[in-house]
Amino acid sequence: MEMGDAVFMFIATMLVWLMTPGIALFYGGMVKSKNVLSTAMHSYMPMAIVSILWVLVGYSLSFSTGGNAFIGNLDWAGLKGVTFEPNGDYSATIPHNMFMLFQMTFAVLTVAIISGGFAERMRFSAFIAFIIIWSLLAYAPVAHWVWGVGGWLRELGALDFAGGNVVHISSGVTGLVLAILLGKRKDLESSSPHNLPLTFLGATLIWFGWYGFNVGSALTINDVAMTVFVNTAIAAAAGILGWLLIEYYVNKKPTMLGGLSGAIAGLVAITPACGFVTSASSIIIGLVGGIVCFWGVTYLKKKLGYDDALDAFGLHGIGGTWGGIATGLFATTSVNSGGANGLFYGDFGLLWKQVVAIVATFIFVAVITYIIARVINVFVPIRVDEEQESLGLDLTLHGEKAYHETNF
Amino acid sequence: MGETLTKIEIVTRPNKFEQFKQELAKIGVSGITVSDVKGTGLQKGFVETYRGVKREITLHDRIKIEIVVCEVPVHEVIEVARKFFNTGQPGDGKVFIHELSNVIKIRTGEEGHDALKNDK
Repeated sequence: MEMGDAVFMFIATMLVWLMTPGIALFYGGMVKSKNVLSTAMHSYMPMAIVSILWVLVGYSLSFSTGGNAFIGNLDWAGLKGVTFEPNGDYSATIPHNMFMLFQMTFAVLTVAIISGGFAERMRFSAFIAFIIIWSLLAYAPVAHWVWGVGGWLRELGALDFAGGNVVHISSGVTGLVLAILLGKRKDLESSSPHNLPLTFLGATLIWFGWYGFNVGSALTINDVAMTVFVNTAIAAAAGILGWLLIEYYVNKKPTMLGGLSGAIAGLVAITPACGFVTSASSIIIGLVGGIVCFWGVTYLKKKLGYDDALDAFGLHGIGGTWGGIATGLFATTSVNSGGANGLFYGDFGLLWKQVVAIVATFIFVAVITYIIARVINVFVPIRVDEEQESLGLDLTLHGEKAYHETNF
Repeated sequence: MGETLTKIEIVTRPNKFEQFKQELAKIGVSGITVSDVKGTGLQKGFVETYRGVKREITLHDRIKIEIVVCEVPVHEVIEVARKFFNTGQPGDGKVFIHELSNVIKIRTGEEGHDALKNDK
């Protein structure tokens, strides 16, 4: 164990931890005032439930080394053998249980991001059942494919530095499938964000935490890690500019929510690529990330007619897909000798592997999500009833209100 | 009683309210009630955009001022209102005049004209 690496990873883990409450505020500000607490609970409950599941079986299913190409086994269930002693397969320099906790924050965050798709209309009991099953049947396998020893995407040589597939594409696609299954919100036409300064605070915490998310994925502070740090910072900046430029071109008004969305889009896009590309490439990846995500939430969503309420798919699904493809274009071994060369550096092979990884994640996660939601719906309707929706989920599902604005 | 109690209700833009209130005090109006309201009339709406999705907003922020007078001539109040709230543009609002059957002061139980006086 190296003390330097361990201290660094302790901080990185706490930074990623902060992203989930950040999501609660980010999403909470974008819903109507009658649903803000329900929306915050969609981020808070994963912090409770997914954390426990992770130490019981989730970590073992994702990372244990004795499984197959598709999923780990139960050797590490209940953290058996996951101790202070480092595990050389993942990091020889930090405690194994610290690596486990770092990964726990990813598993929790991923589940929280999904809620952007189904906000303002999902039944709480159905939501709880969904996240329990989803984190075991969808998250754990995909995490194993990409990062686990023996995982098939890892063996294939597809690159995903910090979780473009595992975190962003999987949560985005899940949010999309749930949004379609649940249907549109009744008052979609009159929906507008109730507190954008809250969203600003949330987005700021998310960006802040993202440094731990991306740089921490290097598991140490070295040459690659510092490239990641720089790339993360400038891709977020470029994402803001990309979104605002296209928004100004289309609507003649640069919005603050657009700026925040652009930062998230840029961060999502750089996530899989950050440890493999140059900083100049990061600017392009972030800029294009902002532009394609704007296109996704503005045109694609309208054209296809799904109600991805807070754009879980629009930002994380689309941004993550672009990031995965961009990795296949811009990756270079001059940045990371452990990586590969992308199309712009003379090798077509990586782009193909990236596309395979993206398509496999889309299909697998969509099918699993569809099945889970359908099965739950047999036992309890996944959507709240009409009166609950119109009175607001805070009052009807949780028995509380966020704001008491009058004296009577 | 023989006295006429009149309620004047003004729905208008929120700006210039402070000046209006001071001018009212000068002509002898001692009590007013104000609330935030939303309204629509001839004025065009405006557009809000959230993540590229446009929403046409046709309800504008207005205030509703309620005044009850007896001694102060109604036309004087209307003149003051028009002086401050007339911008010449659609959206300046309206004044509504109602005749009231009675006014009761909760603290003293005084009725009618007496209830509007400030001397007790």
